[in-house]
Amino acid sequence: MNANLMSRNDLVLLLGFSLVVLTMPIWLAPLGAGYPDLLQRFMIYGIFAVGFNILFGLTGYLSFGHAAFFGVGSYTAVWSLKLLTLDAIPAMVLAVIISGIFALIIGFLCLRRSGIYFSILTLAFAQMSYNLAYSVLTPITNGETGLQLTLSDPRVIDAAVGHSFVGQPIPTLFGTPIGGYAGFYFCAAFLIIAFFVAQRIAGSPFGMMLKAIKSNQTRMQFTGFNTRPYALSAFVISGMYAGLAGALLAVTDPLAGAERMQWTASGEVVLMTILGGVGTLVGPVIGAWIIKYFENILSALNDNILARFFDVLPDGVDSFLVKVIGKFVGDGWHLTLGLVFVIIVIFLPGGIMEGVRRIAAAFRNRGSTPRTSNQTQAAE
Amino acid sequence: MSNGNIVLHVADVHKRFGGLHALADIDLAVEEGKTHAIIGPNGAGKSTLLNVIIGKLAPTSGQVIFDGTILTGRKPFQINQLGIARVFQTPEIFADLSVLHNVMIPALARRDGMFKLNMLRTLESETAIRAEAEHMLEDVGMIARKDMMAGSLSRGDKRRMELAMCLIQHPRLLLLDEPTAGMSRHDTNTTIELLKKIKSRGMTKVIIEHDMHVVFSLADKISVLAQGRIIADGTPDQVRGNPKVQEAYLGGAH
Repeated sequence: MNANLMSRNDLVLLLGFSLVVLTMPIWLAPLGAGYPDLLQRFMIYGIFAVGFNILFGLTGYLSFGHAAFFGVGSYTAVWSLKLLTLDAIPAMVLAVIISGIFALIIGFLCLRRSGIYFSILTLAFAQMSYNLAYSVLTPITNGETGLQLTLSDPRVIDAAVGHSFVGQPIPTLFGTPIGGYAGFYFCAAFLIIAFFVAQRIAGSPFGMMLKAIKSNQTRMQFTGFNTRPYALSAFVISGMYAGLAGALLAVTDPLAGAERMQWTASGEVVLMTILGGVGTLVGPVIGAWIIKYFENILSALNDNILARFFDVLPDGVDSFLVKVIGKFVGDGWHLTLGLVFVIIVIFLPGGIMEGVRRIAAAFRNRGSTPRTSNQTQAAE
Repeated sequence: MSNGNIVLHVADVHKRFGGLHALADIDLAVEEGKTHAIIGPNGAGKSTLLNVIIGKLAPTSGQVIFDGTILTGRKPFQINQLGIARVFQTPEIFADLSVLHNVMIPALARRDGMFKLNMLRTLESETAIRAEAEHMLEDVGMIARKDMMAGSLSRGDKRRMELAMCLIQHPRLLLLDEPTAGMSRHDTNTTIELLKKIKSRGMTKVIIEHDMHVVFSLADKISVLAQGRIIADGTPDQVRGNPKVQEAYLGGAH
């Protein structure tokens, strides 16, 4: 392919990534995760994490408030579905624009500081947004009940073209309802596009500037760069990614609640990125998949299922195992997640992608002479 | 002797840190194309003076004028864009990026200015900038290390790379803060050779240095700083013969 568009390695990575994503319903089925609802979430949180990594992984600014943009995207999408049309495309476009504007304002204020002060500022703004959504802005957000579609919504564009619906309104794409596997492929297409855009950003001169800001901000300034607009651009781009993810969640499940803006949701995307590998392209997506997998699969397990599983073991042993493991599944799945997170951060500070790299290096060294230079691939 | 064109003028600069008078009455005129060394014992205010020139510190009073433009009050990136580059005492480099990218970044700063949302091109397609960076690395003798991570270079190589990062911008004024500090004799000599080589390019340089060997092999003019004041000013020979300087500085060190 033309070197102006993409390098060969990037193209191979993009094709491989697309293949893995599109075949997920097949290879995840034996793992008990091959159902559309969960697959859609894999895609949505994958997009969220890819975008977050542009700010955190490339530029080195740790935001603790990205759930705010996710939530703004959700609310915008639901309002578009209510007021304009049930078609998903206007909802997503509007969500990306509005969350981008929101990120511009918050980013402009937070980027006056860096390091821990930046993180605390983002956290404060996100909690403010959450509280506004939860109580003060109830007319817009419908408070704790959450914003949802109703039969009596005006939907002016649909009304103007004479579209009418029977029964519960469902978001559509050019007239086809988005649900089940159609919803999954809809989200998957966006994840692949989001991944492609992130690849382009990371491989552009602009992306190199972001990495340089992370590496040495002082040198950047003495080299003649105004670092603030660079960091602000990264902030807005990642805010738009979050808005896109939030909109997809609203389109596939048209109910927007304030809880998705809470600090725990902001923290979750940080965990996803670190777990998978900060600064890598694929890592954050894998991190998102693992966390969502654990959340859904482990939390669905309970003592009865465990008892059936350990039935073959002698009495006493099985009840002991059920008792111990039972603490780590069901409502206790966070314990497992925490354990996995601690193990990864201690033994693989570069996340799962560092593990992959180490394994690949070990294989390469066994095959040929050990390499002495310590070259590192920029982004995998 | 000041028949040349004055490119940098430090006019009546004072800098106080609380009760400490770090710089007093500093007047300095640097001629175009010359190498001007600032020497002085530890704590004389050399680094403070450099930080005032480059915009890292604001002077308490006085002005720094570069080619008719007042630098005082401008941000470091604006000062760089006017054509002033700086080598730091401890090399300031992009440790997590390759040597080649380290040198490409300043070249892009010169071409694209202080901000450009350059997302539609790939790095691979920046062939002109890449070729220029490779050429520069050849000049400083580091082309073999272009794919190494900058953070894993030796101290001498980091310094040489930082110098390449400054030179690729073709600055009109290059500020060097103890360019051979902490280097072995061998690395020091290579650095002197390199600085002599770039001297022929007609770039103006202000150099702060401890090592007399370095100063006397490079400088056209020397200003001696002691306790925040300039106590002598002149050619290397004039400064060497000045009794005030001998007393304050050279007596023990030379």
